[in-house]
Amino acid sequence: MIEAVSLWPLLGVVMVVLGFALRLNPALVVVMSGLATGLIAGMSPLQVLSMLGSAFIKNRYLALLILTLPVISLLERHGLREQARHLIQGLRGATAGRLMLAYLAARQILSAIGLHSLGGHPQTVRPLLAPMTEAAAETQRPNLSMADRERLRALAASTDNVGLFFGEDIFIAFGGVLLMQSFLADNGIQVEPLQIALWGIPTAICAFAIHGTRLLAEDRRLRRGDGVTEDA
Amino acid sequence: MIAIQSIYTVTGLYLLWMAWCSLRDPQHPRRLGTSAFWALLGLCMLVGQYIPEAVMGAMVVVLALLAGTGQVRAGTHTTTPSEQLTRHRQRHGNRLFLPALIIPLVTVAVALGGTHLQVTGVSMFDATLTTQIGFGLACMLAFVVAARLTRSRPVDALTRSRSLLDAVSWATLLPVLLATLGSVFAAAGVGDAVAAAVRPWIDADSRLAVVLAYALGMATFTVIMGNAFAAFPVMSLGIALPLLVNGQGADPAIVVAIGMLSGYCGTLLTPMAANFNLVPAALLELRDPYAVIRAQWPTALPLLAANIALMYWLV
Repeated sequence: MIEAVSLWPLLGVVMVVLGFALRLNPALVVVMSGLATGLIAGMSPLQVLSMLGSAFIKNRYLALLILTLPVISLLERHGLREQARHLIQGLRGATAGRLMLAYLAARQILSAIGLHSLGGHPQTVRPLLAPMTEAAAETQRPNLSMADRERLRALAASTDNVGLFFGEDIFIAFGGVLLMQSFLADNGIQVEPLQIALWGIPTAICAFAIHGTRLLAEDRRLRRGDGVTEDA
Repeated sequence: MIAIQSIYTVTGLYLLWMAWCSLRDPQHPRRLGTSAFWALLGLCMLVGQYIPEAVMGAMVVVLALLAGTGQVRAGTHTTTPSEQLTRHRQRHGNRLFLPALIIPLVTVAVALGGTHLQVTGVSMFDATLTTQIGFGLACMLAFVVAARLTRSRPVDALTRSRSLLDAVSWATLLPVLLATLGSVFAAAGVGDAVAAAVRPWIDADSRLAVVLAYALGMATFTVIMGNAFAAFPVMSLGIALPLLVNGQGADPAIVVAIGMLSGYCGTLLTPMAANFNLVPAALLELRDPYAVIRAQWPTALPLLAANIALMYWLV
């Protein structure tokens, strides 16, 4: 061994993995692992607490998301979601694949401008995207099987995830972008959040192309009438 | 000059108000625990910088214990009937989107132009965390506009937003805690240890080998941890900074942006990211709990390959 690097701090990583695998509360797992890692690295209990405290104060801007809650809650109680639904229902006549493709584009763009909380599995997928996708598919294939329906619903859920993940990273005030910026700053590299956000765009385009191609392939599959059609 | 502390102060006051409302909710299943959680978090926001660091660390541990022992629960809330929602929607129409649009637009405006804006020679906004200052101001402005638009009393609107705060619950704290863990990992030398464990297998002079190790490492670590934010500091400190940025002079902004998105490909593949992959399967009444992951992997794997190619060509 040329470098004498201690591998003991990796125990903290193992704790996180085990804690998550055992489905313990993530907040608890993360803090306990932080305490253990500090102690293993030879800090005194007081030093570890000081370190947790100062890191928390430095990173507390990541909780500013809380400030959106009063606005969103007020708008939702005055029909924001109903209006969004009303707007999207104007897109009738679409196929299942094209409907999800439009949702993917909208979800990516809205997340990219910081409106990621406009969508989500309970808010838009269950009440809106999944039933509309099934309704569109019924016109493409009249005797839609249960297996087909479940496939379409799962695809609708995955479309929401892909749209969110590969859109939100382009918004400069998104926690992930700020996490990257603060990480680089901690290591003496000054980068503007906008630079990091802009370099998320190439991957966002690839995500749209790859997932979008699959969504349109779903239309062809429905038209051809092959694939899994029996009720399992 | 507007500094980030004024945004923290407003957030802290709001959380203290939420703690008070929880305390006065007689049917609350965990009245004291929930109230204590929001009050502590409110104090961290309001006066955190004056609290001794060790005491602050102890408060973080208490917050985690409250969340981890199920003390933070939703209180009792009234829901708006759907006929009323439809009436509201018909009355306000697309104007409802206006306050929601104010948030990103004002944030971006302050982030881009805020540091240059001067009134009688004094900068309007502090140069540190300017984006967050803009975001905080944008939320406040959006709230005022929304209250006027819907003719709601602001205090009532704040009080009733507790239902949404309860829905998000302790998860609001998780990004802060993960970033904190990252700092502790960094100080304890976890990045060095990962690098020491992985590096013997990487040819540090080969750009392709290092890019592959970082992108695949981010994805694999995210699958294990269920969260790309947790994987990010470890893999970046262990591989990206020493081998790509310092070793090969790669552009740090490109490396970390695409590295994080490689981690997101891992999020699409893992049951550990329960809220994205397992909860929707239940919500959509699918017989296979892994149906969403099955629908996602044919997107996630080609996208991971695309990320590796992008990182290799762009840096």
